[in-house]
Amino acid sequence: MLAYIVRRLLYAIPILIGVNLITFALFFIVNTPDDMARMQLGIKRVTPEAIEKWKAERGYDKPLFINSAAPGLSTVTETIFFEKSARMFVGEFGRAEDGRDIAREIGARMGPSLAIALPTFILGLFVTVSLALILAFFRATAFDFWGVVLCVAAMSISGLFYIIGGQYLIAKVWKLVPISGFGDGLDAWRFLILPVFIGVLSGIGSSTRWYRTIFLEEVSKDYVRTARAKGLPETIVFFRHILRNALIPILTGVVVVIPLLFMGSLLTESFFGIPGLGSYTIDAIQAQDFAVVRSMVFIGSVLYIVGLILTDISYTLVDPRIRFS
Amino acid sequence: MMGFQIVVLWSDVLVWLLLASGIGVGVLIARSPPLLAAWRRVGASRAGMASATVLLAFLCVGLLDSLHYRVALDGKPGDKTQYAIEVLSVLDALVGPLRTENEKTYSAPFATHLYAKETVDRPGLGTVREFPRLKFGGAHLDDPATLADDVGVTAFRSVALVTLGWLALAGVVALRCGGWRAVWRGETAFAWNAVLATLAVILLVLVPLFALAGQYHVFGTDKVGQDVLYQIFKSVRTALIIGLVTTLVMLPVAVLLGIVAGYFRGWVDDLIQYLYTVLNSIPGVLLIAAAVLMMQVVIDSHPEWFATAAERADLRLLALCFILGITSWTGLCRLLRGETLKLRELEYIQAAQAFGVSNWRIILRHILPNLMHIVIIALVMDFSGLVLAEAVLSYVGIGVDPTMTSFGTMINNARMELGREPVVWWSLVAAFSAMFILVLAANLFADAVRDAFDPRVA
Amino acid sequence: MMLEVTDLRLGFAAGRRTLLAVDGISFTISRGETFALLGESGCGKSATAQGLMRLLPAAGRIVGGSVSLDGEDLLALAEADMRGWRGRRMAMIFQEPATSLNPVLTVGRQIGEVLERHLGLAGAAARERMLDLLRQVGIADPERRLDEYPFQLSGGMKQRVMIAIALAGEPELLIADEPTTALDVTVQAQILDLLAKLQVDRGMGMLLITHDLGVVARMAHRIGVMYAGELVEVASREDFFTTPRHPYTQALFAALPEVSRRGTVLTTIPGQVPSLAAMPAGCRFAERCPQVMPVCRERSPEWREATPGHAVRCHWQGTTAAAEKSPDFTVDRKISEKSELLTVSDLKVHFPIRKGILQRTVGHVFAVDGVSLTISPGRTLALVGESGCGKTTVGKALLQLIPPTSGSVRLAGEELVGLRGRRLRAVRRHLQMIFQDPFASLNPRLRIGEIIAEGIGALAAAPAGQAPAAVRALLQQVGLPDDAVDRYPHEFSGGQRQRIAIARALAVQPELLVCDEPTSALDVSVQAQILNLLKQLQAELGVAYLFITHNFAVVEYLAHDVAVMYLGRIVEQGRAEEVLENPRHPYTQALLSAVPVPRLDGGEGRIRLGGETPSPASPPTGCHFHPRCPKATAVCRERYPERTAVSATHAVNCHWVA
Repeated sequence: MLAYIVRRLLYAIPILIGVNLITFALFFIVNTPDDMARMQLGIKRVTPEAIEKWKAERGYDKPLFINSAAPGLSTVTETIFFEKSARMFVGEFGRAEDGRDIAREIGARMGPSLAIALPTFILGLFVTVSLALILAFFRATAFDFWGVVLCVAAMSISGLFYIIGGQYLIAKVWKLVPISGFGDGLDAWRFLILPVFIGVLSGIGSSTRWYRTIFLEEVSKDYVRTARAKGLPETIVFFRHILRNALIPILTGVVVVIPLLFMGSLLTESFFGIPGLGSYTIDAIQAQDFAVVRSMVFIGSVLYIVGLILTDISYTLVDPRIRFS
Repeated sequence: MMGFQIVVLWSDVLVWLLLASGIGVGVLIARSPPLLAAWRRVGASRAGMASATVLLAFLCVGLLDSLHYRVALDGKPGDKTQYAIEVLSVLDALVGPLRTENEKTYSAPFATHLYAKETVDRPGLGTVREFPRLKFGGAHLDDPATLADDVGVTAFRSVALVTLGWLALAGVVALRCGGWRAVWRGETAFAWNAVLATLAVILLVLVPLFALAGQYHVFGTDKVGQDVLYQIFKSVRTALIIGLVTTLVMLPVAVLLGIVAGYFRGWVDDLIQYLYTVLNSIPGVLLIAAAVLMMQVVIDSHPEWFATAAERADLRLLALCFILGITSWTGLCRLLRGETLKLRELEYIQAAQAFGVSNWRIILRHILPNLMHIVIIALVMDFSGLVLAEAVLSYVGIGVDPTMTSFGTMINNARMELGREPVVWWSLVAAFSAMFILVLAANLFADAVRDAFDPRVA
Repeated sequence: MMLEVTDLRLGFAAGRRTLLAVDGISFTISRGETFALLGESGCGKSATAQGLMRLLPAAGRIVGGSVSLDGEDLLALAEADMRGWRGRRMAMIFQEPATSLNPVLTVGRQIGEVLERHLGLAGAAARERMLDLLRQVGIADPERRLDEYPFQLSGGMKQRVMIAIALAGEPELLIADEPTTALDVTVQAQILDLLAKLQVDRGMGMLLITHDLGVVARMAHRIGVMYAGELVEVASREDFFTTPRHPYTQALFAALPEVSRRGTVLTTIPGQVPSLAAMPAGCRFAERCPQVMPVCRERSPEWREATPGHAVRCHWQGTTAAAEKSPDFTVDRKISEKSELLTVSDLKVHFPIRKGILQRTVGHVFAVDGVSLTISPGRTLALVGESGCGKTTVGKALLQLIPPTSGSVRLAGEELVGLRGRRLRAVRRHLQMIFQDPFASLNPRLRIGEIIAEGIGALAAAPAGQAPAAVRALLQQVGLPDDAVDRYPHEFSGGQRQRIAIARALAVQPELLVCDEPTSALDVSVQAQILNLLKQLQAELGVAYLFITHNFAVVEYLAHDVAVMYLGRIVEQGRAEEVLENPRHPYTQALLSAVPVPRLDGGEGRIRLGGETPSPASPPTGCHFHPRCPKATAVCRERYPERTAVSATHAVNCHWVA
């Protein structure tokens, strides 16, 4: 089992390198730094000098891969690839357009992101799994049918509607909570409650339906018939036998996103003015701040791969077939 | 007679190509009984057929909006004809006044007056602050107070017309399918009752709406005074293109790589798995954001490529489809790989191998046809997700061109309106409702298709 | 009477209708009695069992009738009360031990549930009882097994655990639904012995659902034969095996392949079981009955007690079918035994096991480990063994579908191992395969014509343009109508599909057909049809068969030569009559005596093997068979036995024989 996990860890390295190469190609080869400079400077201010200055300020004036002008090892290190891409592996992301250190900014913004994402995730999982269990319990009844219809309807509604509508109704019309903003310490809950509520609500439709399918797949298995043949009450059949087996596929889908919670949610954070990584990303996209977007892509991939490894580990914990072989 | 020049946008080509291939696939299906039987099951599903009817209505709007032309400008005879810079579509021509009758700014649905007060000079009264009459909305009314009567009469007339038309149609169906009773009780092989009922609802909503749209802004107008109903119509094509073209872009890649990985295994499999794990590990939105940002730079630095703004917006739309396609093929690819791994162990594949049938022939004859149901299910399942994604991406600023009308840009433009006093709600409500209907229909249709093609899933 | 089932009717909802799968059956079981429900697939026997437990699948409906256990009407109980009976007064074991246990709960937990629910036992007392139960069902080392998960147990052990679960509530009635169908024949013998012993010890009533006349002969006191949702005959064991009365029962017996029927055409039942949606109004067997009379098609027969305790549902009053002598297969061709069509020597197929960080090969699964065979033209060699012995791998390695690790396969002198591309394709004309599962061996998206023509096209076996004619001729040869060409596989039954698969293989006129358990998924009556067809084709075309099977009855009927495989190696081979009548290897002897015989007198002097086949990844040292062998000595543990010739054609690998 240990060898299995070590192997998964080793496999992460080529994948990260792949991600790095793809982002590098996207940001520096599809468009040259000159193109970016022209776009950033705007049509009026474009002069060859301004472009050179813009590039020099950001360190984009070096060659892409090999700097034949530099001596020794610096032929490789004094390049855009090394300075902008390879250095990300040690957590050096450089500076944003506004001159701030990106790594530091990320560190400061993770907290607020987690404050929204974690409760949303846990509450959402609890609510949707419970609902799915109830629907599966009452399968093939009118209750189940209308439950599924509601789920399909709920998942047909745009996520934007949940946010805009919820904000309007709860914060503006009913004035139950502040419309947006973020506070420190214990005061924060007033700002958190609405985005968390909306986050949970918007995920109910699709997740509930998905988990219900998983439960129903288990319900038709042979071992369930065995459990019933023992004379066990339906609640025990569900909670001891079905839930435990259904947890395995549910886990695969769930564990992988846990590390990504650090990234926050783009929409929620920008609508509710929460100073997390999600709104940071959105601002960067809208300001076309390539350095920040590139850093976020890299961090996102790292977190995803961590999620994959966590999934493998959690598998071995839940499924005895993997634990003992 | 005004001259015009036909404009063929790239997306038009793809849309009509799609339609043609759709018909082609239909012919192929009709020749293959197992597939035909599956589609018959879709046809028997009431929810499936009701939603298909709705989708068909959306599709008609989208197709009409995919025939583009430029109007010739009036010039002196003998001069070389000049064409308007504005690219219009057949839909624009059909809905004529909706496009041109713009007010000054916001007006509520069925309003006769503007939503904002203006300073007007009234002869004899001097300058007053009041809500001025609209230029077009309800302009034919001498007395705005008679609005309800006028709307009522027009609506009633069109409802009567619809009822007659629908009864005639239902009669034809009943005659051909063994009587009214059989149709109504759902005893026909095809779910005619669902289609007819949905059609009745669509007609009862749309026809009166059209009848009234000539004289009123039935969904109101937006900030710059443009009719919201018109914008909804224009958004449909964008949504359809995003939903369909994207899947079709990624389909060949996903199918080819998935099957090849699963069938040949070994290093080919390792390579393909590596490729999709790498792509998969970059969070979708960020990859799309990065790609779209880069595409923007490319487009902005080559203004000479585009003759009109419409062409630029169009190319950007297609580029978005490609980017979405490239980032979304991994899921289907993995699914197909897994299924191919199972299929290749089946005995009929081994029987073919025992005859020395070549690998590619086995893939074409034995594997691909037995994966078609997964491909079809993926195609319809992805559609609704993509339509929803477009709205989010456009909102974030990495979606379609801001000049192109889409549900996303509508929502984006209207997002501050709920903060106004008094509230301007109609743009948002109209956009969200139209999107909801489209996505709900697509989801229900997808469910019907999945149930018909994959009986394993409950 | 402990259990009385009266006029039980149950069905499955299909759209707005309920299709009756069981239509008015009545029977009784008394304490200590085993009542066997015998029938072919789809006759409603499993639905009956599930109906008694009220455990029908979601679409199942109990339409009418009554089931009373000790005077209590089970069908009238509330569901919550019924739970008190399930697992307590009546328990059930299922066909598939592999899927019937919960994979993520320990064995102890799954048995403990019953003790807690019905006997209120928990803690140390429960554990003591569980250990006791595991010992009773013959599980060695119960302390360890209690904390293990099902995937850590072998198939036979899983079924023993299932039995322990069923016994935990000390039921009066045990329902066993095909309890040994998924198991190997030696393990089946163990489980049947165990069930019989437990039933006697505890005085339970047992309802045994099976399709196997041998199992019935071994286990049952009374037998009910089901056909198309109805009981057609109920008789005591003696009556049933001496004077079966219903034409269907008689046909079942006549369709059995066995030694005495070698060289003759097996009796088959023409046609198919009517579908649930279209049951005939008269006797349901009328369409297929050799004794059919006009009245049979008009009126469903009433129960008639032929002799006391022997009831039959049939208009026909006769007792035995007119003893027609089955026709022989006309020509048994002159076969030159000297010439060899296929020679396999020292064939090995090893699959690497990869483990660790770098996925290094840490060992091998020795699926086939040095097999040598010869097959002569026009003869049938049966390759016999239990599941996992590598017999299917041999078949596929011969066709080069799995590349052999080493060894040689020579067809008419030409070496096949290592051939590629065009040369391999040329050889494949002479060598084809028929697979086990008729539902997986035909591509559902192709028409029958396309399926059969595939080989003709790929190997250019017929001149261009003549393929359609060739396909029609083949269909005729395997007994299918011409219009099958344009139809799809799903329109055909299992037996018909197997005919299509045979036609496909014959399309390229091979000289050798590898038949991988072609009848094991089929009912007895259909099996007889396929065996007849294979025999007839051999007589007409002179094709040789490598017949891979675990069924000795088929071997006895069909094979000229027999090779017995155990853990990747052949342990005994020779002429069929030599090996079957004078088996020398202890494994062959045990295998032969483990087969339940469908006769009253079967089963004397049984040899019982303990344990199960070990994993081919780590075969035992010395003779692979020694851990289970009743005659094992020290030398068996050390050295693999050499091949010993018993006669010119009969050889055994055993120290005890040598």
